[in-house]
Amino acid sequence: MTMSQRRSIIRQTITTPIILMLALLAIAALTYQFGSRPLNRTAVEMFINIMVVVGLYVFVGNSGLLSFGHISFMCLGAYMTAWLTIPPVMKSITLKGLPAWLLHTQLPMWAATPISGAFAALFALIVGRVIMRLSGIAASIATFGLLGVVNNVYSNWDSVTGGQGSIVGIPPTMTIWTGWLGAAFAIVIAYLYSISRSGLALRATRDEAVAASASGIDMVRERLIAFVVSAFIIGLAGAAYAHFLSIVNPGAFYLRTTFIALSMLVVGGMYSLSGAVTGVVVLSVLIELFRNLEKGVSLGGLSIALPNGVQEIAIGIITIAILMYLPTGLTRNREFSVGGWLLQRRFARPAQTALKELN
Amino acid sequence: MTAVLQIIFDALSLGSLYALGALGIALIFGVMRLVNFAHGDFIAFCVFAMLWPSVDAAAIVFAGQLPFYLLIPLLLLIGAALSMASELIVFRRFRNANPATMMIASFALGFVIRHLLLMLYSSRPKSITLWPSLGLPVEFLGAHIPMLQVVTIVITLAVLAVLVLFLKRTRYGLEMRAAAENFTMARMLGVRANAVILLAFAISGMLAAAIGLILATNSGTADIGMGANVMLIAFIATVIGGLGSVPGAVAAGFLIGAASVVFQATLPHDARVFRDAFVYGAVIVVLLVRPQGLFAPRSARQRV
Repeated sequence: MTMSQRRSIIRQTITTPIILMLALLAIAALTYQFGSRPLNRTAVEMFINIMVVVGLYVFVGNSGLLSFGHISFMCLGAYMTAWLTIPPVMKSITLKGLPAWLLHTQLPMWAATPISGAFAALFALIVGRVIMRLSGIAASIATFGLLGVVNNVYSNWDSVTGGQGSIVGIPPTMTIWTGWLGAAFAIVIAYLYSISRSGLALRATRDEAVAASASGIDMVRERLIAFVVSAFIIGLAGAAYAHFLSIVNPGAFYLRTTFIALSMLVVGGMYSLSGAVTGVVVLSVLIELFRNLEKGVSLGGLSIALPNGVQEIAIGIITIAILMYLPTGLTRNREFSVGGWLLQRRFARPAQTALKELN
Repeated sequence: MTAVLQIIFDALSLGSLYALGALGIALIFGVMRLVNFAHGDFIAFCVFAMLWPSVDAAAIVFAGQLPFYLLIPLLLLIGAALSMASELIVFRRFRNANPATMMIASFALGFVIRHLLLMLYSSRPKSITLWPSLGLPVEFLGAHIPMLQVVTIVITLAVLAVLVLFLKRTRYGLEMRAAAENFTMARMLGVRANAVILLAFAISGMLAAAIGLILATNSGTADIGMGANVMLIAFIATVIGGLGSVPGAVAAGFLIGAASVVFQATLPHDARVFRDAFVYGAVIVVLLVRPQGLFAPRSARQRV
C-alpha cells in the first residue's frame, strides 16, 4: 500500500473512532455530573464491556470466525493484575504457590495493566499458532476448548489462583474516567488494526477466502495477528475488571460472560466497530432500565415494581426480537461516519460471502 | 478385571448421555445449520416440569409422582412441545439468517428459559427421588454395576436403533437425511422444509427429556444448570464427529465420555482435578489432526 492510499483510507474512515470516543466521553461526563453512585458503577462496567466486545470485534469482525475463547484472555489479564498488585503480605497467605519474585512484587495499576494485556497477548501468540491453522467451525470449537482448559486450570490450581473461591485485595482503582480511557484506547487500537495492511488482508480472506489466498495473502498469519491484538485488548479489559470489582474468581470468566459478550457484538453488528460499541451501549442501557423497573418506579403516587428475574427474561426476548428484525445487527454492519453512509459502503460493506465458511 | 469392567460401564453410560445430547444437537444442525444452545435449558426445563413451581426449599413433586408408564410419555411430550414451540415462535423467523445470528438467538432463548425457571423455582437445587431402586447395584461378572448405568446404556442403544430405523426405513427419515445432506436440493425435489425441521425439533426435544430423566434419576436433584454441561460436551461431540454426520455425533459422544472416564481413572491423583482440561486439550488435538471431524460426510467438504 502506498502512502497516499493509506492517507486516503484514513481520511475516509477517521471520523468513525472519533465519533465513538466523543459519544462515550459525553456519556461519561453526563453520568459523572448527574448520575447516582450506582449509575456511575454501571457506566464503568459498560466501558469495560466495550473493551471486551471491541477486542472480540478485532478478531471476529475482521476474520469472520466466531470465537468462544476470548473470555479466557480476560481471565488471564484479571489474574495477572491480581498477582502483581495485591500486597505481598496478603499474597503470602492466600497464594502460596506463586514464584518468589512474583510473591514479593507489588506494582501500581498503571504498570500492572499493560503487563496483564501483554501476558494475554503472549499466551494468544502461543496457542494461536496452533488454533489458527484450523478453519471455520473447527477453529471456533478449538477456541471453546481453550476456554474450557483455561477455566479448568484457573478453577483448580488452588495454590496459585485460589481455586474456585475469590481472590480479594486488588486495589479498586477504576473510575469512570479510567473506564472511558480504556474503552477509547480499545477503539483506537481496533481502528488502527482495521486500517492496517493486516486488517485489510484479513477482511479480504473473510469476504473471499479463495481469491484472497490466490492474491498471496497468508490467512493463518493475518488471523494470528488479529488474535494476538484482540487478546491484548481483552487482557487489558480483564485487568480493568479486576480493579473495578477488586475481587476475581474464575466463574466470572466462563460461559455466561462469553455469551453475553458475543450477544452484544451480534446485536450491534458483528462486522463493524460501531456495531461492537453500539451493542454494548444499547444492552447496558436496557439492563439498567429493567434493573430500575425491578426496584420500582412511582407513577403518580403509585409504585410499580416488576418481579425479580423479569430483567433477564426481558433482555433475552429483546435480543431475539432485535436479531429477528435486524439479523445483521443494529448498525447493519455499517460504521458511523460524518461523510455519510455512501463513503462507508466502499470501505466496510458487509459481505454475504463471508458466511459461507461458517456454514 | 472387575475394575476394568467398572470403567467400561462408566464410560459407556457417560458416553450414552453425551451421545443422546449430541444426537439432539446434530439432528437440528443437519437440517437447518443451527447450533442450538438452548438445548441444555430444554433438558433443565423437562426436569423441572416434574415439580410444582415454588420457591420453597422443599420440592413439591408433581408429575414426578406418576407411574413410569405415564411419566415417561408425558415428559417426552413436554420436551417435544417445548422444542417445537421454540421452532415455531423463534427459529422459523431465522431461516435466512447467518449461523452466528441464529446461534446467539438460541442462546438468548436458553437464557429466557433458564431465568423463567429461576423465577418459578429459585436457584436452590431441589431433591427429587425417582425410582430409587435403580440406584441399587447389580452383579455382573463380579463387578457391581449400578442398575441405572445398565438402564441408561440400554435406553440409549434402543433410542439409537429406533432412530436408525426411522431414518433409514421411513419416508420422513429419508426426507430428513436428504435435507441434512443438501437442504436446498432437497427442497427443490419436494421435501417440505418446515415439516422436516419441525420433526427434527420434536425428536430433539424428546431426546432432551430423556437426558433430563436420566440426569434426575442419577443425581436425585433438580438443578437449573444441570443441562449446560451435557449440552457443551454434546456440542463439541457434534463438531468432532463431523458436522452434519448423525452417526459421527453419536460416536464422538461415546468417545468423549470414554476419554473423560479414562482420564479420571488413569491420571495421577493430583492431576485429576484437571481432567476437563485434558479432555478439552484432547478435543483440540483431534481437531488439529482431523479438522473436518472424525466422520465428516462427503457433502461437508468445501468446494471451490
